[in-house]
Amino acid sequence: MKEVINLPVKNIEEEEYHINMGPQHPSTHGVLRLVVSLQGEIVKNLKPHCGYIHRGIEKMCEKDTYPQIIHLTDRMDYLSAHINNHAVCLLVEKALEVDVPERVKYIRTIVDELNRIASHQLWWCSFGMDMGGLTCYFYGLRDREHILDIFEESFGSRLLHSYYTPGGLMMDIHPNFQKSVKDFIKYFRRKIKDYDDILTGNIIMQERTKGIGILSKEDAISYGVTGPSGRASGFACDVRKHHPYGVYDKADFQEILGTEGDTFTRYMMRMHEMRESMKIIEQLIDNIPAGDYSAKMKAVIKLPAGEYYQRVEASRGELGVYCISDGNKTPYRMKFRSPNFSNLSALDHMSRGVKIADLVAIGGSLDYVIPDIDR
Amino acid sequence: MNSFFKYFADIFRAVKSLLTGMKVTGRYFFSPGEIVTQQYPENRKTLKMYDRFKGEVIMPHNEQNEHRCTGCGICENSCPNGSIEILQDKIDMPDGKKKRIIDKHIYHLSMCTFCGLCIKTCPSDALAWGQEFEHAVFDRAKLTKILNKPGSSIIKDIVE
Repeated sequence: MKEVINLPVKNIEEEEYHINMGPQHPSTHGVLRLVVSLQGEIVKNLKPHCGYIHRGIEKMCEKDTYPQIIHLTDRMDYLSAHINNHAVCLLVEKALEVDVPERVKYIRTIVDELNRIASHQLWWCSFGMDMGGLTCYFYGLRDREHILDIFEESFGSRLLHSYYTPGGLMMDIHPNFQKSVKDFIKYFRRKIKDYDDILTGNIIMQERTKGIGILSKEDAISYGVTGPSGRASGFACDVRKHHPYGVYDKADFQEILGTEGDTFTRYMMRMHEMRESMKIIEQLIDNIPAGDYSAKMKAVIKLPAGEYYQRVEASRGELGVYCISDGNKTPYRMKFRSPNFSNLSALDHMSRGVKIADLVAIGGSLDYVIPDIDR
Repeated sequence: MNSFFKYFADIFRAVKSLLTGMKVTGRYFFSPGEIVTQQYPENRKTLKMYDRFKGEVIMPHNEQNEHRCTGCGICENSCPNGSIEILQDKIDMPDGKKKRIIDKHIYHLSMCTFCGLCIKTCPSDALAWGQEFEHAVFDRAKLTKILNKPGSSIIKDIVE
């Protein structure tokens, strides 16, 4: 007679178990590994494991001269490459007390805002895809292509530009630049209505995001969540408004603050921010003053010994660059305060008690770029 | 009774929001003029990149096979990741002095990050961006290029 082995049946509803989300998971937008503790399909807690795309950028900066560092910062948050370049350029200019020409400031501000729109467009389409709407992906990338074309015409490349140099710009803007930017604003003002029609008003998306992943203002400040994610919780953290650089003090724009702090508010913050960015560009594009596109800089840039810190508003939050110089042509130590790393730290707090499918929505609304986390 | 109406109002609102989205996709479906896709491999003959496009680093030569490179090595120093190697040579000048000229300007395309510092810092404007972008090859060695053409010489009026 055959012996029947009775294996103990585990009740999966009650027992806590761990699964790996990532490093190869489409909704982590890169190689991020989240070890999620689940009870049934309720998230108990999660642990992010970083380092899968660590390239040692901070260490590489220590052997590079200041103009050479610029091209490394492109590769941190590649979706806001111009803004990362801006941070290092501002740091060097602040340390050397160089006055950059007014034209450079205007061009940098316009290009930063274009970069921010392009970054939010890509976020919008990938967020739509996380929610299960493939159409969003095509529409977002289609409109982003217009900005990339402007970049390609003026700066030669589409994603990693290395356009800013300490003291100015690599080259002057293309003669067509102003016209194509104005054409784009006109085009995108029409197309952003489609975004609202297709995703913002969509009932499935609203049901999945409203009241999910709530982060209070106190928690946003204590976790250091900045950018649109922090402003959704009511944390007024816009560096452009509170510590203006470039010509943001001359532009009239609003710092929009949310109250709810849930996934839907974070979504709306970015949609509003695209409109605000367009407003800034419209004010500045016709007023670019004539002049030189670069200040006179020495061939070998040496920063005076000391510590320097400069922050800018990248498209995902506050990017800080901290530098110790010992008077040589290379920095002694370079540290980047990347916005995504701090935003990721709040993910565990936000996602406790939600369903695992909502974790994808919360992650999408935080809009993390993994190379920026790992650097 | 109130919740009964709310139930149907919710269904109506949901269907309406879905139809709004369907309207957008439907409009694109029936207007093929909005299609923006480039038929890439087929349009190779007509595809024109922008003037400033960063395809690769090249050294322009004129009709007499002359370039502007003096072999000073500034591009080699300014390259962040060692993509450029300069091999120098010495020639005897008619007045008895020795002059430094370029022997080989070796460019590793496989390591290049297209930051443009070599082109920006070149004192004699010897380097420029090329428009070629199809760099896929079967052998990695083909990505190491010698930018000065064989038998080329420097344009006479270039001084360091």
